[in-house]
Amino acid sequence: MHVAYPVVLAAMLFSVGVYGVLARRNAILVLMSVELMLNGANLNLVTFDIWRSDVMHSGQVMALFVIVIAAAEVGVGLAIVLLVFRNRSTIAVDSLRELRERTDRDGTAPEDAMDPP
Amino acid sequence: MTGVEIAFVLLGIVALSSAVLVVTTTQLVHAALWLVVSLGALAGCYLLLSAELVAWVQVLIYVGAVVVLLLFGIMLTRAPIGPSTDLDSGNRLAAFAVGLGTAGTLVTVLLTGLRHAYFHLGDNPGTGTARSLGDAIFRYWVLPFEVLSVLLLAALVGAIVLSRTNIGRVAAPEDDSASEQRGRR
Repeated sequence: MHVAYPVVLAAMLFSVGVYGVLARRNAILVLMSVELMLNGANLNLVTFDIWRSDVMHSGQVMALFVIVIAAAEVGVGLAIVLLVFRNRSTIAVDSLRELRERTDRDGTAPEDAMDPP
Repeated sequence: MTGVEIAFVLLGIVALSSAVLVVTTTQLVHAALWLVVSLGALAGCYLLLSAELVAWVQVLIYVGAVVVLLLFGIMLTRAPIGPSTDLDSGNRLAAFAVGLGTAGTLVTVLLTGLRHAYFHLGDNPGTGTARSLGDAIFRYWVLPFEVLSVLLLAALVGAIVLSRTNIGRVAAPEDDSASEQRGRR
């Protein structure tokens, strides 16, 4: 079997995840797209492990570790999303812009901005 | 093409098209259900690559736990049932360009780098079974395994702390007096 089949599939899954992270507004959909990207990376790890027939099974063990880290990430991420929803009653990521950098195009400067020396 | 390659291509088409549906569908719950299809097809790909344990762990943790967590999140954020129009932000075209660029770059680099890379799946049987992977984990990868368990514990404690609502007023009055007495003693 040519290595190109799984590797190309992994690259396409990763790109679909990149598109989803950048294009979606809903924070939960962004988390789903992150899962797709992690799965692309996992497929690469497993493929290279099988291809090199590693004695230490580094690729598959690392894929298992990535799955565990993804589970932890989803747990913490969903807790953060639910906290944001409780405080703001929205989880649209492009309407949460209180912490963005103020520029001149926004009109007046914020009141608490310090004067330049 | 051998039979394994044909099966892999078919499963890959299923996984990729359902992944595309995850990022393009207008119904939030359908996105989670298409994610199940995509991750399940990917588990089939792992099985074809003779990585049994990773495939079953994928089914257990991703399809079983992560998607259920995501569905809980959808439910708790009061997502609308049915199609909603505001799931995509205004920079869809830029995101499409970036995704296309990523795909083009990655596929080009990987295909030029791995042009003559073949593997034969029957060469070393039993390479992805639970026995061999367990040997590898508990012989070579014990320390990362333990560190990862601590990380998982820390993440779960963090999630509980984040989702608690009564931080700051946990101490009831009788607890206060009790701790004061303990402090005096």
